[in-house]
Amino acid sequence: MEILVCVKRVPDTSENEIALNSAGNDIERDDLVYSVNEWDNYAVEEALQITCKTGGNVTVVTVGDEEDDEILRREMAMGAKHGVLLSDEAFQGSDGMGIARILAAYVKKNKYDLILTGVQAEAGAAEVGGLMAAMLDYPFASLVNSIEVLDGKLKISREIEGGNREMNEIDLPCVLSIQTGINEPRYVGIRGIRQVASVEVPTYGTSELNLDSASVGGSAAKVQRLDYFVPALGKGAEILTGGREEVVDRLIELVKAKGGLK
Amino acid sequence: MARIFAYIVHKGGVADDSASELIAAAKKIDSSASATAIVIGSGPELDAVCESLRSVYAEIWKISNPSLAYPNAELVRAALTKVLPQGSIVLVTHDHFGLDLAPGLAVKQNAAFVSDVLNIEGIQGNTVKLVRQEFGGQVSTHVRCDISSGAVITLRPGAFKAAGNAAANGNVVDKSAEVGELTARRRYLETLVPEAGDVDITRHDILVSIGRGIQEQENVEIAQELADAFGGAVSCSRPVVDAKWLDKSRQVGSSGKTVKPKVYLACGISGSFQHLAGLKGNPFIIAINKNPKAPIFQVADVGVVDDLLELLPEMTNKLRETVK
Repeated sequence: MEILVCVKRVPDTSENEIALNSAGNDIERDDLVYSVNEWDNYAVEEALQITCKTGGNVTVVTVGDEEDDEILRREMAMGAKHGVLLSDEAFQGSDGMGIARILAAYVKKNKYDLILTGVQAEAGAAEVGGLMAAMLDYPFASLVNSIEVLDGKLKISREIEGGNREMNEIDLPCVLSIQTGINEPRYVGIRGIRQVASVEVPTYGTSELNLDSASVGGSAAKVQRLDYFVPALGKGAEILTGGREEVVDRLIELVKAKGGLK
Repeated sequence: MARIFAYIVHKGGVADDSASELIAAAKKIDSSASATAIVIGSGPELDAVCESLRSVYAEIWKISNPSLAYPNAELVRAALTKVLPQGSIVLVTHDHFGLDLAPGLAVKQNAAFVSDVLNIEGIQGNTVKLVRQEFGGQVSTHVRCDISSGAVITLRPGAFKAAGNAAANGNVVDKSAEVGELTARRRYLETLVPEAGDVDITRHDILVSIGRGIQEQENVEIAQELADAFGGAVSCSRPVVDAKWLDKSRQVGSSGKTVKPKVYLACGISGSFQHLAGLKGNPFIIAINKNPKAPIFQVADVGVVDDLLELLPEMTNKLRETVK
């Protein structure tokens, strides 16, 4: 089975506190640590586990620029056979619809049985997989947390409310958005990354993808972010300060009082 | 002004609470708008839902079809595409069903798509100004959406205050005939309910709840010791389950358990909306987190900016001393 996984390079929120820059029009991007979007990493691992059973290859693709090379190579070090960078000045300022259009154009020029995305990335939009599926006229399922390969179709479960799992059959080719926890992504060492350092990663732009540059980028974007801001806190928490011993005493007192303990 | 539709989630003949949140959001786009509810399903349950919405929506479109007895988003999208006028604004709740349905619906309607919206700050010409969050709620953004060819907008559950009963004797319009036969390349099979875990976190008054900040599996014991000292239980947020450090039955949140403790100690939990959705009954929330910007501090009653790996054992020791 040929599997395409769409990945994105994002600021790693477990490594960074996200703050506004001094102008208030963006987040502070100096010194941010970037990594592959957590959901996407689970998707790559899932693709690798599937091809391990069925044969075939995993390709990772991203929309971005040369800075994104590092995450493609990281995922190739995990075992993805190919990395593809979709990059063009015309892509700048694309909204989710634009990104999906670029990815769909790449899929139309190649043949994949299965396309995976993460459920969401740093903007929490959870949109690209569903948009792309509709553009390709492929069936789609979101929040997928298990995949079993059958003949020409998959048996999948979706994570729904209350820890319940919604079981579905879905025909191939299809697009699935992958939820964290579906597997345990393998560790990637420096050595693995070195081994793929010289593998060629092709770059495709509007002409290779047969894309009308007016259909992507900022001018085509119907949705545009205007600013970043931190909303005025509601009541907010009363922050306990002072020595740790003092804080411990106060916390125990509060837990007992509010929890009805003696 | 484009026509506004609200997709109603329902179960067992009862409309979800979000039904009245959607109309509140519609009023924020256009205060004079009388949004139309769309209710899809089959059988007498569907009629019960339509009837209950007559006091909320002035118009209710009913789509009855045996293949829609279970809301398979692929079929629902196909049905909606047949009845929705081009250029409509469609409001959908940002839940597991909305994630399935809404993006593709926007493509099929040639409409703009914005998801997980927390507020709507009004409309100017063909542009709606919306509020979203990024980075797990650490920052907010204003977003401009061009609705000239319609829009599909998903709304965060609970973000819009439910409006009172806005309509009287809403009109139910049966649109079933326009839908006809539906097929999809995805078929619903069944819903699996998880087995009960070793500990029922829904029955405890004090929960020591851990998130990514617990860092390693062996540190879970630190939380367990504190929970034991308080006579409570250990619960957790999603990353702890993803890492397989605790069973899924310990997870609090929209995809886990809904709990209603008296005291909730959120230790190293950032406080995503999916997690907070699992907290009911207005518990007293104590947040312990190294990151002073963690969104959990916005909803907690009391917060401590500290390393939980040091603070929790000290609390445990102190409790054990006082018992002696």
